[in-house]
Amino acid sequence: MINFEYLRVSTPKAAIEALSRDNTSQWIAGGTNLIDLMKKGVMAPQKLIDISNLPLKEIKKEGNKVHIGAMALNSDVAENELIQREQPLLSLALAAGASQQLRNMATVGGNMMQRTRCPYFYNTDLPCNKRQPGSGCGALKGFNRMHAIFGASDKCIAVHPSDMCIALAALDAMVLVNGPKGDRRIPFTDFHRLPGDTPQKDNTLERGELIIGIEIPDNPYRKNVHYLKVRDRSSYAFALVSVAAAMDLEGGTIKDARLAMGGVAHKPWRLSEVETWLKGKSVSDAVFREAAQLAMRGAKAYGQNNFKLKLAPNAIVEALKAATQKT
Amino acid sequence: MGKNFFFDRNEPVPIDRVDGRAKVTGTATYAAEYKTQQIAYGFLVGSTIAKGRIKSLDTKMAERAPGVLSVITYLNAPKLPGYQTGKDPSKPPTAGQPLRIFYDNEIFYYDQPVALVIADTFERAVHAATLVKAQYEKAVHQTELDANLSRAKVPTGPRFEDYKRGEADAYKNAPVKIEQEYHHPIEVHNPMELASIIARWEGKEQVTVYTKTQGVEATQRSIAAAFKMPLENITVNAEHIGGAFGMGLRTWPYEIACVMGAQKIGRPLKLVLHREQMFTNVGHRPETIQKIGMGATTDGKLVGLTHEAIADTSSYEEFTEATVNISRFLYACPNVTTRYRLVPLNICTPIWMRGPGEATGAFALESAMDELAFALNLDPLEFRIRNHSDTDPERNLPWSSKHVKECYEMGAEKIGWKERKLQPRALKDGDWLIGYGMGTGSFGAFRGAATVKIKLEPDGKLLLQCSVNDMGPGTATMMTSIASNEMGWPVNQIKVEMGSTNFPPGPTQGGSTVTSTVGAAVQETCTALKEKIAELAGKAGSAFQAVKAEDLKFSATGISLQKDASVKIAYNELLTKNGLAALELTRESKAKQQQSYSMYSFSVHFVKLRVHPPTGRIRIDHVVSCADAGTIVSPKTAASQMIGGVVGGIGMALMEDMVIDHRFGRPVNNNLADYHVPVNADIPPVDVLFVNKKDPHTNPMGSKGLGEIALVGVAPAVANAVFNATGKRIRSLPITPDKLME
Repeated sequence: MINFEYLRVSTPKAAIEALSRDNTSQWIAGGTNLIDLMKKGVMAPQKLIDISNLPLKEIKKEGNKVHIGAMALNSDVAENELIQREQPLLSLALAAGASQQLRNMATVGGNMMQRTRCPYFYNTDLPCNKRQPGSGCGALKGFNRMHAIFGASDKCIAVHPSDMCIALAALDAMVLVNGPKGDRRIPFTDFHRLPGDTPQKDNTLERGELIIGIEIPDNPYRKNVHYLKVRDRSSYAFALVSVAAAMDLEGGTIKDARLAMGGVAHKPWRLSEVETWLKGKSVSDAVFREAAQLAMRGAKAYGQNNFKLKLAPNAIVEALKAATQKT
Repeated sequence: MGKNFFFDRNEPVPIDRVDGRAKVTGTATYAAEYKTQQIAYGFLVGSTIAKGRIKSLDTKMAERAPGVLSVITYLNAPKLPGYQTGKDPSKPPTAGQPLRIFYDNEIFYYDQPVALVIADTFERAVHAATLVKAQYEKAVHQTELDANLSRAKVPTGPRFEDYKRGEADAYKNAPVKIEQEYHHPIEVHNPMELASIIARWEGKEQVTVYTKTQGVEATQRSIAAAFKMPLENITVNAEHIGGAFGMGLRTWPYEIACVMGAQKIGRPLKLVLHREQMFTNVGHRPETIQKIGMGATTDGKLVGLTHEAIADTSSYEEFTEATVNISRFLYACPNVTTRYRLVPLNICTPIWMRGPGEATGAFALESAMDELAFALNLDPLEFRIRNHSDTDPERNLPWSSKHVKECYEMGAEKIGWKERKLQPRALKDGDWLIGYGMGTGSFGAFRGAATVKIKLEPDGKLLLQCSVNDMGPGTATMMTSIASNEMGWPVNQIKVEMGSTNFPPGPTQGGSTVTSTVGAAVQETCTALKEKIAELAGKAGSAFQAVKAEDLKFSATGISLQKDASVKIAYNELLTKNGLAALELTRESKAKQQQSYSMYSFSVHFVKLRVHPPTGRIRIDHVVSCADAGTIVSPKTAASQMIGGVVGGIGMALMEDMVIDHRFGRPVNNNLADYHVPVNADIPPVDVLFVNKKDPHTNPMGSKGLGEIALVGVAPAVANAVFNATGKRIRSLPITPDKLME
């Protein structure tokens, strides 16, 4: 048996110290992804450092920001009154993810750290550059219906699976990190990375850096928001394409907008250019369609996921329309 | 006499599932849950190639791993005497050689077991399994049906030869015709309960197994054949089954491996498949490519129907099912041609999956009926009524009963069919398109042999025993219901014991036969019991001299005279007077082959759904499923069974698809996150309507089978509703959003 040690820590400092002492160790919080990966033989940490008891569960208002502790449960955040009132897009995205049972276990930090669901990554006798650099990308010419249309490389076309992260990317969240070399703040859109030649790296965290929490700056997106998730069944399915849309409307004019997509890239796919373009435009289907076309610049499909080239812009239009119609 | 609804056709009072409490409270024991001393745990190592030979096997590391008791491979496996002839009496009626586990080094499919690792804990067995190192001599595998059509062959066996009625391919000359190809992928049964078995030898001669089978006697025969043992030395138990949908219809190699392993280590052994192995080692619904040519006169009378199907099978066995047969009898059509072919692939042998071939065939046939109706500018329901087969056109026999027209009528009323427009895209709700569709299903109504033992206790408790088991439809409830009605006893006085070869022989649970078969046996045994009670009463006292069963009123505590209720005797007194501790009786009910009628169950499914064209999302709003299944013996469990079939049909229509990466010859979505079945949120309100008319010829209750027709016809109803909503005809399942978005 592959035995592993299990250790529980109660402060972020202790968590960081414990991890730095042993480079075969791994933090575990809700474990909703790591346990699967261990069962499948994709990851085999020799020591699990349980951080789920860290005092990082608070969801609170701090000045002009909402602060969410990294260990807050997905379901608690989704159902939190402050989040529902001030950051409803996040609540909608969370509720669209996984199943209620998983959301009851999964933490905010763990959600950010979850790995791709690409089947080639999970099946250890198949090639995957993310799991085993240099072994090739099984999905490139294989079963790639779920895969990326933006920012992929010939080394990896996997997508990031989270719904929560799509909303956080759209909302300009900030990731708060403690580490052996000190504390850092990472803009959410810089947290996850594109695969390039090193798809084994999902994000920009250094070894030993611990997510403490996230901050979402105040924004006007309290009403005209929508999270559209297109999937193969109504619950417990990953997105074919998802869109987080938020608009600040004045009459029929878009004062400002936020837009990000899921299921299309190795990271939450923020559409900043489109947001800028939308600014000052009047709400109309034609404007939304043009915005969607703009969003698709640089998209590339790989066969089985060709449909996403059409589904993605359609979903953008639908999400923007739905956000507009919220009252 | 108690209220006998079978004959009076009064509305029965639905009874609750008798094993419901045990199941929801977790006290029902499933195969892997039996407690046995000194149990060891097995785990199977599968091949990583889909075709070739094992070049070398290194098991040393695994054998040395902590807790490991044995590693069995073809190199050290006991030579099973039955493997020398290879006969397996429980195998489906197929040609070929069933897979002999650990027999030699040949690999026929990906994940074929190459080693069984046995350890003192499950975790140690799983870990040691990773230490078995196999080298292979790889050969070129074939797993893609479409790429191997040139190898299609006619299966052996009389039911599957080419069929012709009237003129071959006559549809081609019809004034209005369609010719289309339909496809569905491999589906996997994926019951919640994993395939599992415990085997325990008592000495060298006797073995007891607890296993997930739909037929304990079939498993008993398979083990007997493989180990060349007398049947009576083998006890097979399968009281509760956590779903099976057909995967328990044969004895699989893993079960033989467990019995073999337990023998080798001299300890009880438990072997539970991993979910991934459920995709590769216990069968599947074969992928099919079907072609339908169908032609009609301009006034909508069918002229010709040609139905061809090509399906996968394994490279070592022929698996056949009645995919095209439904086209021979469902509609009145003078010229019918059917052709059925198999393509051997490097994949595990398929096995019947709920509805089996009829469900597969009905998807093509009922989609085509919808297409031709549209071409004729006819309501598809009206088109079906115009082509209703009043007698069985295949066998030239009258139906034992057929009430499809009543199903059409009541289903159409309930779903609101009159709202449906002939032209697609005519109904909208905001951005969503609304559509209505329907599909017909049918399945043969068979009756086999069963023996039931009944025991009357002095306190009026009744015990029924039969080896039949229950994979979910509510067999024990059905038996209780029939006995309760026949005896006039309250339900809580009746207990059923089942699912073991320790009980009198019953049928395998499959093919929608159990109620007809076992229900009839329960009824006949109860009748015999009443006669016996009357006889004992005659001996017990002069007041009952020469009475017959029909002279008596039976209650849960005793009997009285019909004509004089004051003349009575309690069962305890009756038994005591006859010197009996209890009254036991066993009766066999024989299989009845009805030669002068054609017997089928029928179903009609109606679906209302909505499609969101920009994103291709589908929401099913309402399903109405109507069944002509003769007398409904246990209304509550029957309705549940119908709902379950509808859920399975929705999965078939919208989700289920085992994806094989043909470069590697292996499935890639082999888990329940990536292989989609419906979740609760996908299922709309389902109304179940029963014709509930007694079939005069099938069996004493007048029931017909229900399990299959619950699913047969659902998928085409969904596909037809999608067409009505969107104008898109999806001929390749599953209908996922990418196929519908515009």
